Amino acid sequence: MKGTIKRSLIFVVITTILCGLIYTFVMTGICQVLFHDEANGSIIEVNGVKYGSEFMAQQYEDEDHMCGRVMNLNMTTFKDKDGNTLLYSGPSNVTPASNDFEKTIEERVEKIKANHKEMGNTPIPPDLITNSGSGLDPEISPKAAEYQVKRLSKNNNMSESQVKTIIDKCTKGRFLGIFGEKRVNVLKVNLMLDGILK
Amino acid sequence: MSNSILQYVFYLVILVVLAIPLGKYISKVMNGETVFLSKIILPVENFIYKILKINKDEEMGFKKYAISALAFSAFGLIFLFVIQCAQKFLPLNPEGIGGMSWDLSFNTAASFVTNTNWQAYSGESQLSYLAQALGLTVQNFTSAATGMAVLYALVRGLMKVKSKGIGNFFVDVTRSILYVLIPLSLVVTIGIASQGVVQTFKGHEEVSLLEPVAITTEGEIIENAKIQDNKVYVNGEQIKDAEVVTKQIVPLGMAASQVAIKQLGTNGGGYYGVNSAHPLENPTPFSNMLEMISLLLIPVALCFAFGRDIKNKKQGIAIFMAMFILLVGFMGITAYSEHASTPAFTANPAVSTSVDGQIGNMEGKETRFGIASSVTWASWTTAASNGSVNSMHDSYTPIGGMIPMLQMQLGEVVFGGVGCGLYGMLGFAILAVFVAGLMVGRTPEFLGKKIEPFEMRMAVLVCLATPIAILIGSFLATILPSTADSLNNAGAHGLSEVIYAFSSCGGNNGSAFAGFNANTPFLNVNLGFVMLFARFVQMTACLAIAGSLAKKKKIAVTAGTLSTSNAMFVFLLVLMVLIVGALSFFPALALGPIAEFFEMII
Repeated sequence: MKGTIKRSLIFVVITTILCGLIYTFVMTGICQVLFHDEANGSIIEVNGVKYGSEFMAQQYEDEDHMCGRVMNLNMTTFKDKDGNTLLYSGPSNVTPASNDFEKTIEERVEKIKANHKEMGNTPIPPDLITNSGSGLDPEISPKAAEYQVKRLSKNNNMSESQVKTIIDKCTKGRFLGIFGEKRVNVLKVNLMLDGILK
Repeated sequence: MSNSILQYVFYLVILVVLAIPLGKYISKVMNGETVFLSKIILPVENFIYKILKINKDEEMGFKKYAISALAFSAFGLIFLFVIQCAQKFLPLNPEGIGGMSWDLSFNTAASFVTNTNWQAYSGESQLSYLAQALGLTVQNFTSAATGMAVLYALVRGLMKVKSKGIGNFFVDVTRSILYVLIPLSLVVTIGIASQGVVQTFKGHEEVSLLEPVAITTEGEIIENAKIQDNKVYVNGEQIKDAEVVTKQIVPLGMAASQVAIKQLGTNGGGYYGVNSAHPLENPTPFSNMLEMISLLLIPVALCFAFGRDIKNKKQGIAIFMAMFILLVGFMGITAYSEHASTPAFTANPAVSTSVDGQIGNMEGKETRFGIASSVTWASWTTAASNGSVNSMHDSYTPIGGMIPMLQMQLGEVVFGGVGCGLYGMLGFAILAVFVAGLMVGRTPEFLGKKIEPFEMRMAVLVCLATPIAILIGSFLATILPSTADSLNNAGAHGLSEVIYAFSSCGGNNGSAFAGFNANTPFLNVNLGFVMLFARFVQMTACLAIAGSLAKKKKIAVTAGTLSTSNAMFVFLLVLMVLIVGALSFFPALALGPIAEFFEMII
């Protein structure tokens, strides 16, 4: 009995060293060597300025920027060293079956329509009017990108085909053509529209 | 739509195709046979036995095995509790995160030791890198390995004749960690890190925003704000005290290594608060596929391993079929419901319903996963007691959200957790042969072992520990008025949030209707005990069955023996699982998701 309990305690120490220390540190070493950029947050850096992570959404409302998924901004969790607020975001966790949600969707539809008068009554892709799972979804569907082409070309003094070329550059397909969904990276599109990213 | 069906089918096919050889491998490892990794790993294995001063052929009786498992878990719990409370004073904490409160730390420690990985905290803001690696990652490994060890004790109980021993706990855990969990984790870590899951010692990154955002001092967003020279104007008037947010945080850390084992060990505790929905935890369809296959791979493989262990492959396939039928059925209902969406989308003519892959309810789902990859994950993660998520279950349609809940309430036996899913299902199998025995008037037997009152009592504990824990825990929570403050949604959906939380903890799953704020002292302690009760009552009862069966002699198979590997038995087993689940939970489900469903369509 006593021996068994002592062994259990030693075993906790062994597994902590093996699975906590050795495993984690070796994996960090390997990933830092093999996938340096990916392992450090896939930061998009141009001329020394860090414009964001490829995988994290920001909120875009300017008329010359492509807009992404609806965000649920969180401005209370993170601060920098000087006490300035840092933007973060999370999911809504609301039920899609309630009357409140129906109203929310109607409001979002109105807002999108007002910003896209040139699209008339074209139905709005559902990803533009819904919150994502993380609140940080960096991408939208190609249909949702296409919906914004006319507005973007007008406000950026570009032809529609120029905007479409940019969107194509930022579009990724399904894995093996089957798994997951086609999507457009919104931050990259906006950086290209601004001429920051080539 | 056709692509969605293709995805569902391929995910299932890939899963089963990978699980079959892995099952054979696990069976070899756990029985001490030589495998291709033996050359490298055997010296490490023997070294561990040397430190522990054990002889790997020395067997433990039921009591010693149970005490080892319980003591090992208890020390793990205490260690984790202390490390989380004291993280402020420990190294590897670049963000200077403070210590956890005692109740949250107890809840989290109970959660990770029981392989539940319920999270009332957010990793990126409430845990240091050290606590994540030395605390949580370690428990991800050991709680899964403990589950596998207990399963193998039960297997030996079924196989051994007139024997006292049911194997050695330390040997079983060591082998499953060294030969199964670590090698698979290495592969998955490298796979997902290549896609963009972070793995670094560096502290969180700060990046500049393309569009600054104006907020009040309380952190509220100021609508229609114009920002000029760091000053905020609304309709031409300057707003004083407003803050202009110009930077975003990119939380980093050693995520990939932890995510790999949280998927493989059916743990499910996310590195980030939103789990595998977070783009830095699951950035692409490929990383999603790796993580999703991982979450169900070992539980499925164990069915085939079981068949090989007991030298009766048909029996393993029969158990697999019972679980697979339930899985496909539940996956189908969830998929149908999510694709059908809700009136908020379908009744609004301004919303498109023809976006390829995203036809359906996109609230709470990521663009890169769409409906199909989200639904598959939701259904698998609650079938396995994994509990990681890649979409927010709280925002599922009423029926789409009810099915995950039901799968947890069934006691996590639709494949279930690593080890514990199969031993739970074997509890149901014992129940099934007993019921069948009553019907035909014969002494029930399972795999040549007579099932007597003692085994029956223990099997009932195995099957009912989860429902008891869920119902009593949620009863206490719902009579307490303050629980209403934790809800994110009103009405029937609010009740669903409570039921889901307790089902998740009682099933040792860990997923959540995440709008529910469970971080209150009462809920932390209540849910903590629910998790501990469900896990360790079931585990101890299962070991007791193992000990008792090992002592018995084998009965010869005769023409009158009830076959436990034919279609009839599979049907009976599925029925047992559904009946116990339905009888325990139908009233609760009727008041939650079913009520919400009817509210929605009327």
